[in-house]
Amino acid sequence: METKNIVLVGVGGQGTILAAKLLTTGLMEAGFDVKMSEIHGMSQRGGSVSSLVRYGDDVQSPVIEIGSADIVVAFEKMEGLRSLEYLKPNGKMIVNDTEIFPLSVIIGATSYPDNILEEISSKVNLRVMAATEMAAALGNPKVMNVILLGSIIKSMGLTDIDWEAIIGENVKAQFKDLNVKALQAGMDAV
Amino acid sequence: MKLLLTGNEAIARGAWEAGVKFATAYPGTPSTEILENVATYPEIVSEWAPNEKVALEAAAGAAIGGVRSLCAMKHVGVNVATDPLFTFAYLGVNAGAVLVTADEPGMHSSQNEQDNRNYARHAKVCMFEPSDSQEAKDMLKEAYAVSEAYDMPVLFRMTTRVCHSKSIVDCSDRVEVTDKPYEKNIRKYCPLPAFARGMQVKLADNFKRLEDYSNNSPFNYIEDNGADVGIIGSGVAYRYAKEVFGKSVSYLKIGFSYPLPMEKIAAFAKGKKTLYIFEENDPIMETEIKAAGIDCIGKDKLPAMGELTPDRVRKALLNEDPQIIVPNPEMVLPRPPALCAGCPHRGVFYELGRRKDLMIFSDIGCYSLGLMPPYNATDAMICMGASISAGHGVQKAFDIKGDHAKKVVSILGDSTFFHSGITSLLDVTYNKSNTLTIILDNRITGMTGHQQNPGTGYDLKGEASPEIDIEAMVKACGVKNLISVDPNNLQIVQEAIEWGLNVDGPAVIITRWPCVLKKFSAQDNEEFPTAFKMVANVDVEKCIGCKKCLKSGCPALAFDHANKKSGILKETCVGCGVCAQICPKQAITVEVR
Repeated sequence: METKNIVLVGVGGQGTILAAKLLTTGLMEAGFDVKMSEIHGMSQRGGSVSSLVRYGDDVQSPVIEIGSADIVVAFEKMEGLRSLEYLKPNGKMIVNDTEIFPLSVIIGATSYPDNILEEISSKVNLRVMAATEMAAALGNPKVMNVILLGSIIKSMGLTDIDWEAIIGENVKAQFKDLNVKALQAGMDAV
Repeated sequence: MKLLLTGNEAIARGAWEAGVKFATAYPGTPSTEILENVATYPEIVSEWAPNEKVALEAAAGAAIGGVRSLCAMKHVGVNVATDPLFTFAYLGVNAGAVLVTADEPGMHSSQNEQDNRNYARHAKVCMFEPSDSQEAKDMLKEAYAVSEAYDMPVLFRMTTRVCHSKSIVDCSDRVEVTDKPYEKNIRKYCPLPAFARGMQVKLADNFKRLEDYSNNSPFNYIEDNGADVGIIGSGVAYRYAKEVFGKSVSYLKIGFSYPLPMEKIAAFAKGKKTLYIFEENDPIMETEIKAAGIDCIGKDKLPAMGELTPDRVRKALLNEDPQIIVPNPEMVLPRPPALCAGCPHRGVFYELGRRKDLMIFSDIGCYSLGLMPPYNATDAMICMGASISAGHGVQKAFDIKGDHAKKVVSILGDSTFFHSGITSLLDVTYNKSNTLTIILDNRITGMTGHQQNPGTGYDLKGEASPEIDIEAMVKACGVKNLISVDPNNLQIVQEAIEWGLNVDGPAVIITRWPCVLKKFSAQDNEEFPTAFKMVANVDVEKCIGCKKCLKSGCPALAFDHANKKSGILKETCVGCGVCAQICPKQAITVEVR
């Protein structure tokens, strides 16, 4: 098979790294060759973060080239806009309908655009998710990341993998049920 | 057993499988997680050293003492460790020793893009260069065998993409290695000139033997696809080449990269119409291959700076531009890193940034963000510890010129002070400087993700350890003017800076408040009972919309443009109170969360 490319983007602290970890673990256990690249460093200090996940028969490069992602999942709207160029022409974007203000907005130097979703949907196939609200409704806003993971799994046709077991192996026992529910909610939403 | 590991995790796994018993490092992106993962193996004594020079010396000592040792650092860390490295190469080892250098093509978190493959040539040590996690683990094990067979420390070049990318690794068990007996041997371990000359000859002989090893190493191999175009590639650049060209060209993969396998290269080059060299950063293989009389194409077509990612390769060699969807550039706002809500550096940079009479020499750590708006405080930075010593030099220049428009403030963190600030402070006092040094003690090594250091009271394994007193250390360096302050109290910070700039002789201000992201120890809980348990609140009746609070640059503040009032993001705010002190109308109050 041709190598598939999934881009997860967000802001430091949003849980992209855990989502990518669960995703790559599942892909490996399903028998794919997998590579994932992340840039850490100053990300905890509120910077942009991305996890690039590639899977197939034999994956060489750990990075995803611009113009080649099958799907980009943005945990925050501005990060979705910033990552448009990762998408291949017929690729799909999922954006969590959440705003996190960068410093220039916080200090009042600029304002956060109110038409990001319109801009994205005018150019690509966009699915907007209210994952933060969905997570809060499940009882913990933090599982927003697993809801978005569910949307990736469904969109990429990876539902046959035993995700419940993978969640069980990678999150604390008391959070397993919550995360399994979150994953299902994300799958149902796309 | 197959595991999905980052390159750094694979190094740790490889060290464990190879029977390593001692490991040490100073944290630095992208190398930090190597020792954090090594420390999870109980069989390996694992330590954070105060700096990279100390780490390499300790690793050299452990190898001389008779156990396999590992040392890891970021690329610029090796600069600090070069003094022991160059002579350790002469001494050689008893048990094997490996120094992992984590280079940064692309400079994701570093101040330069130096190519540490040059150090293999310069220090005369051999080198491995893995291209993914499996190779990182396998080559590390081989590196110990090479180190012992050829009696030298091995330099092991990782790059950010190898360190921080995950790929599948086939793991095996640890093989215990018999400890080597230690025997006194001054001709081997004492590089007096008379002995060092002999060591030099032995080193040259070992390199001669290593040329054979390189030509026959399983990590230098040909993938013959019957093509008349060949690519010689090392590190992740080899992976990028395969991504772009697949089976349409033949490859010579270089995993053991110094000394290069020149015979294998010559054989591979024979009959090739075109030969490309794929290496990130400097044209090192290219230069050596050309010097051997083999025609090849490298940096004249491929980029010499930054990563050699597939898109750049396509552009450079195939003139292919990807079809991309571009967002309206005016809508895309940059998201640079910022000091966290509750960061104890905020108050200090707010106060420093307000003054126009300072030349601020900063250092390597989160406080490098003090140069960003809204603080715009910092003037210059070089490397770990340079804030104090380079600041000393700037002040001397100002004094020599009789230029009193600005006075120098040097600013650095606790871990950076332990790393190399102490000797710099000695320079200041010994040479009668009059700079102001601010040590931001946030009780942890912050930027690299919270590693213990000699001032925190804990070691890498999380065990209690003697807490080194920064105040006592500063006094011992001869500083008479010393004050410790709470960095969240702006009035006190302001007065301390004023005091420090006007006292006779050098002054030091120590701020002591924990990093907001730090996992609190029992001692932290006792010392800082209220830290991060508060929250700020804006009284919208009192707020006049002057935006002065926004000058704190706190990500927990949000200005409501419609109503022209400041607001607090309650989930982000931890109630440090800096914004409340800035507000001219007392519209912000801080209460228990």
